[in-house]
Amino acid sequence: MSDTLVLSARWGRPNSAALSTYRADGGYGTLDKALGLDPALIVDEVKKSNLRGRGGAGFATGLKWTFLPKDIRPRYLTVNADESEPGTFKDRYIIEHDPHQLIEGIALTCYALDIHLAYIYIRGEFAKQARILEVAIEEARAAGVIGPKLLGKKDFDLDIHVHRGAGAYICGEESALLESLEGKKGYPRLKPPFPAVVGLWGKPTIINNVETIANVPWIVQHGGDAFAALGTGKSGGTRLFGVSGHVNRPGVYEKACHYNLKKLIMEDAGGIVGGRALKAVIPGGSSSPVLAAHEIDISMEFDAVKAAGSMSGSGGVIVFDESACMVRALARLSRFYAEESCGQCTPCREGTNWMEGILHKLEAGHGTAADVDKLEQVANSIAGNTICALGDAAAMPVQSFIKKFKPEFLRHAEQRCCPFGDHGWGLTQAPQDAVAGPVRYAR
Amino acid sequence: MTNHAGGVEGLPREKVEQFDRALAPILKRYPPDRQASAMIPALRLGQALFGHISPAVQALAADRLGTSPSRAEEVATFYVMLETHPTGKHLVELCTNISCSLMGGDQLWGYLKRKLALEKAGTTADGRYSLREVECLGSCGTAPAMLVDEEMYEQLTPQKVDSILKGLS
Repeated sequence: MSDTLVLSARWGRPNSAALSTYRADGGYGTLDKALGLDPALIVDEVKKSNLRGRGGAGFATGLKWTFLPKDIRPRYLTVNADESEPGTFKDRYIIEHDPHQLIEGIALTCYALDIHLAYIYIRGEFAKQARILEVAIEEARAAGVIGPKLLGKKDFDLDIHVHRGAGAYICGEESALLESLEGKKGYPRLKPPFPAVVGLWGKPTIINNVETIANVPWIVQHGGDAFAALGTGKSGGTRLFGVSGHVNRPGVYEKACHYNLKKLIMEDAGGIVGGRALKAVIPGGSSSPVLAAHEIDISMEFDAVKAAGSMSGSGGVIVFDESACMVRALARLSRFYAEESCGQCTPCREGTNWMEGILHKLEAGHGTAADVDKLEQVANSIAGNTICALGDAAAMPVQSFIKKFKPEFLRHAEQRCCPFGDHGWGLTQAPQDAVAGPVRYAR
Repeated sequence: MTNHAGGVEGLPREKVEQFDRALAPILKRYPPDRQASAMIPALRLGQALFGHISPAVQALAADRLGTSPSRAEEVATFYVMLETHPTGKHLVELCTNISCSLMGGDQLWGYLKRKLALEKAGTTADGRYSLREVECLGSCGTAPAMLVDEEMYEQLTPQKVDSILKGLS
C-alpha cells in the first residue's frame, strides 16, 4: 500500500496555509513549468491519471473536461466547496490547511482549459474557510501568481473569486450551484444540456469538487501515470476519507482510493468506542446505501463499493455501534432530506415529508408493519422520478435501511415503542482520543 | 422600485449609504452585465446592516443589482442563513444531524433548551438568544458542533457551551 500523501502532506505544519510555506515546499513550481507546455498536454495527463470526481459521483475528471465545446468563449471554472452531505468534512481541511494547493490546481486547470474566470462556491456556514480562501487568493494576487499575467510572466489573465452560499444542501448539486451563483434560488436544472456545454450565464462551465482540483498540481508534477498507479483500475490517486460516529479516532484520513473500509474503521480510526460491537456503516456520505457490519471488508474504490451495493460517494464514512437504533438514525436522515428538498419536483417535495412522518411515527411507537411497507413504497416512488439526484439520495437510505434492518423496523411496530429507548443513543462524553485534534492523517 | 437620492423608503439614509459603500467592491467580482449574481452577498450585507432582510432591504438589493424585488424575495426566503424576520441578538444554531447526534448532539439540544428556558426553537423573552437546530455543518469528525453568530464551535460539551455563551457580548 502506497504511503504517498498527495493532499495532506502539509496539514498540521505551522503556517501551512501561507503562500511562503507553500512556495518553500516548491509550490507554484508546477504551474511555472506548465506555462511552457501546450495546455492540451495537461488535459492528457489528467485523463491518464484516472482522477475521478471527489464530490460524490466519481465521474472521470479528464473526460468531463473534454465535454467543453471547442469554439465557445468565455468558459468558466466553478469549484464546488459546498460540502454539505452529512458525514462529509474533508474539503474544509484542504481549504484550512493548504489553500494554495487548491489555488495552484485552479490555475493549472484554467490554463489547461483556456478559462480566465473562476469562482469557488463555498457553503455559507464555512465563514472561517471563506476568509482563509480570500486571504490566500489576495496573497496570490499580490504576489502576481494570478492576475493579468500568470506568475508575472505568461500573458494569461486569471481571476479567482469566492462566492459564499447561504445555507442550502441542494446548492452542492452542480446545476443548482450555478443557479445560486447567478443570484437565484437553488433549483436544479434539467440535464442535458450539461454545464460543460451550457453552464454559468449560459456559457460552458466546468464544475469540480475542491478535492478533485487540489489533486491537479501533483498530477501535473509527477505525471498522470504516477497518480493512476497510486490507485487501482479506473480510479487513480489517494482520497480523503472522513470517519465519524462511533469510532475512537474520528477524523480525515488520506489513503489510497482502494483502501480497505474495515481497516480504515478498525485500525486507522481506532475501532468502535467503548469496545462495543459494530452494527452498520454508511460508506460514502448520508445518501449512500448502508452496509451491515459483516459487509465492510471491501475496497473503497468507486466500482468496488458499487459492486457491494453502495457508493463510496464523498468518502464520508459514518459508523454506528450496536447501541444505535436504525429507525431513529433513518428518521433523522429523512428529516434532513425533507428539510433540504428544494420543492421543485413533486415526488421529492411530498415524498421526503411522507418518509419523515412515517419514520417519526414508527420511532414513537405509533407505527404498524403496514407503515414499513408504505415507507418503502414512497421511497420507490421518489427514486428516478426527479430532476436531480436529491430524490435518489433521500430514497437510497430508506430502501437500504429497510433491506438490511427490517426486523428492527417491525419490532418498533410490534412493541409499540423504540426497543432501544434513549439508552445508548448519543455519547455522553467524547471518545478518549477525540480531543487530540480535528485533523488526522496517516502515513 | 426606484429610490430617491439613494434612500429606499423606510430605511435610514445613513445605513443605505453604508450599504452602497460595502456593496461596491463585491460587485466587482461579477461581470458588469451579471451584477444580479451578487444577490446572496448583497442580502447578507443587508442583513448585517439592517438586522434582517425586510421587504425594504430586498427592494434595496434588487434596485442596486438591477433586478426585480421578487428575485430578491425568492432568494431571501430560500436560504436558511438569510433572515427575513428579526432574530435575537445572538443566533445559536446546533447541528443535530446524524454524526453530531451520535456524539451527543441530541442531549446538547435538550441542554441548550433548558439553559435558555425555551421549550422549542425560538427566541428568549429578553431577545438575547435565538436557538435553532440546523443541518450538517461539515464538522462530523469534531462533533457535536454549533454555529454562534455564524462562527463554528466544535467538540462541544455542556461545559464548553456554557463558556461560549458566557463569552458573548
